[in-house]
Parts: sequence; structure tokens; C-alpha cells
Amino acid sequence: MIWEILEKAAKENGLVTAFAVVGGVMLVSGVISRKLTLGRVQGSAIAILIGLALAYVGGRMTGGSKGLADLALFSGVGLMGGSMLRDFAIVATAFEVHAEEAKKAGWIGAIALLLGTVLPFIVGVAVAWAFGYRDAVSMTTIGAGAITYIVGPVTGGAIGATSDVMALSIATGVIKAIIVMVATPIAAKFLRLKTPRSAMVFGGLAGTVSGVSAGLAATDRKLVPYGALVATFHTGLGCLLGPSLLFFIVRALT
Amino acid sequence: MIIYGTALLAVCHLLGIIIGDLLGRALGMQTNVGGVGIAMLLLIFARIYLHKSGRLCTTSESGVHYWGAIYIPVVVAMAMQQNVVAALKGGPVALIAAVGSVVLCGLFVSFINRMEPKTETQEEGR
Repeated sequence: MIWEILEKAAKENGLVTAFAVVGGVMLVSGVISRKLTLGRVQGSAIAILIGLALAYVGGRMTGGSKGLADLALFSGVGLMGGSMLRDFAIVATAFEVHAEEAKKAGWIGAIALLLGTVLPFIVGVAVAWAFGYRDAVSMTTIGAGAITYIVGPVTGGAIGATSDVMALSIATGVIKAIIVMVATPIAAKFLRLKTPRSAMVFGGLAGTVSGVSAGLAATDRKLVPYGALVATFHTGLGCLLGPSLLFFIVRALT
Repeated sequence: MIIYGTALLAVCHLLGIIIGDLLGRALGMQTNVGGVGIAMLLLIFARIYLHKSGRLCTTSESGVHYWGAIYIPVVVAMAMQQNVVAALKGGPVALIAAVGSVVLCGLFVSFINRMEPKTETQEEGR
């Protein structure tokens, strides 16, 4: 009986439940960070890892595509971590941006953005080619997935890719986002992520708003808005170039 | 009033998304082009303007700061709903393409950031 009441309360108050669940995960992560890693691994990095693990468990239990959010009990997580609140919170971080810093690095951010679109695309196309995908449509779709997991299906849809190639393209983008989330705090020293300018370069090259924002959040919270500012143009630029210029180039080469 | 800050944030967010959509249409695409980035720029300009005219009190500001601070928990919630199962099922093509592009981009990030003018880095480092 108690369980029924608990379940009903959680289902009817999805977003509130999500606040409590995420707060609990953050608390546990903070303790793990201090006690087990002596503060060497940031609490937020651990929280993101736990989140991904829970997403795996949720996906396995329901067979759905939205991780833990597919469990009715945790449906509020879908709202809390959905694009509306995510973008709202990202925009809010802009309040702490020093306009001068952002302006100084504007051009290098734009160059990074262009490189961040073209380089992953080339890698994706090359890997697709190496694995036997020789038609321009499949190669372009997989290459576009290596830009972000939104560019992949948008491009594939526009040029008429098959559904298995689309799935592969999305998987590439999701894996990329997850690697960026997890690896950024580890590689922060090597990437020289210290200044607003460096965060903007990173935001342009690493792409995927989710990967960049989570990776920077786990590295240094102050850098988040600078990286996100550039990274949000990533998907737009990819969707612009993917089904047009990049596709035409691949088609001309095959 | 704290809601003024949150409302300012909301208006910038919506305007950014609308402009991003219009930009997408103008470029002949179905997607939003940089809507969130445009919203961020709008908020930066709005803050500078309101600061200069002294019309932004600290209570109103906290209506924005709260959402900026809730950002990391939102990212954790976002991680909880990634399609991790599908990502792991993608097999070697997806994995190699993803790792390859991350490594290549990482090298470029490192390379470009090493060229950053020294003075700037030192100031930030201290």
C-alpha cells in the first residue's frame, strides 16, 4: 500500500521527483568525490557518470530510447533534462559572460566551429568507407552523425538514407557526446582549458551542446557559458552544410 | 521582484529561438540555427544595457542566477536520459567514428589553445 502511494506521488509530481532524485545523485557524487577521490575528480563529473549508468539501466529495463526517463516513476527526469529546461539554464549562464572576453575570441571561435564541423565529418566518412559503406548517401549520413547526433538524422532524412544507417549515425553522435562529457575533465590539462578563449575554441571543435556543456561543467563551471555560446551554433551549421555542401562533395568524390 | 529576472531570461530565450527559426527558414532549412546562442547574446546585451541605466536590482538578478546555477543538475538529468543502450549497440563503426573525431578535434583544441597569447593565460592562471 505504501509503495502504491509513493508511486502515485512520484508519477503525479514528475518534475518535483526529478529535483529530488537529481539532488540525491549530486549529494552521493559529492561524497564520492571528497571521500574516494580526495576531491581529485569533480563531483559533477561523477554525477554525470552515475546519470549515464542510470540511463543504461533504464534503457535496459524498458527497451525505450530515453534512458531512465522511460520509467514512469522517473518521467520527470525527461522534463528536467529535456531541451526546454536545458536551453533555459544554458541561456541563464550567459549572465556571467564577460562580453569583452567573448568578443576578443569571436573569430577564433568561428574558425573552431568550422573545423569542428568539417573534421568529424571527414573522420566519419572515412570510417564508413573503411567498413564498406560506399554510397554517397550512407557515407554522408554517418559522417554527419559524427558532427552531432542531431545533424546525423537531419542530414540523413534530407538526402534519403536508410533507417539502419540513420540509427548508426545517431549512435555515432551519442557516443561522441558521451565521450566528450566523460573525457573533458580528464583531458582538461592537455586541452589547456583555462581561459574563456580556450573554452570557446573547445566549444567550437568538440561540438554537441550536451557534450560540451556537461564536459565543461565537470571541468570548471565558469567556462560553461563561453563553450556553450559557440557550441550552440554547431548543430545549426552542421544541418546547414550536411545535406548541401558536404553531401555534394562526397557525391562528387564517389 | 525576482520574477523580473526570470521573465527577462524567458523573453531572451524565446526571442533567440524565434530568430534562430527565422534564420533557419531564410537559409532554407527545417532546423533552428543558433537559437540558443542568439538568446545568450541577447541576454548579455540586455544585462549590459540594464546595468548602465541602473534598472536591474540584485533581487531581479537572482531570478537569472538561480537558473544559471541549476544548470549542472539539469545536465545530470540530461545524462540520465541519453540513449546509452543504443549507443553501445552501435558497434565498431559508430565507436571508431566517434572516438576518431573526438581525438582529432581534441588535438586541434590543444594545438589552438597552445597558441593563445601568453599574457592572457597568465592573468587567468593566477
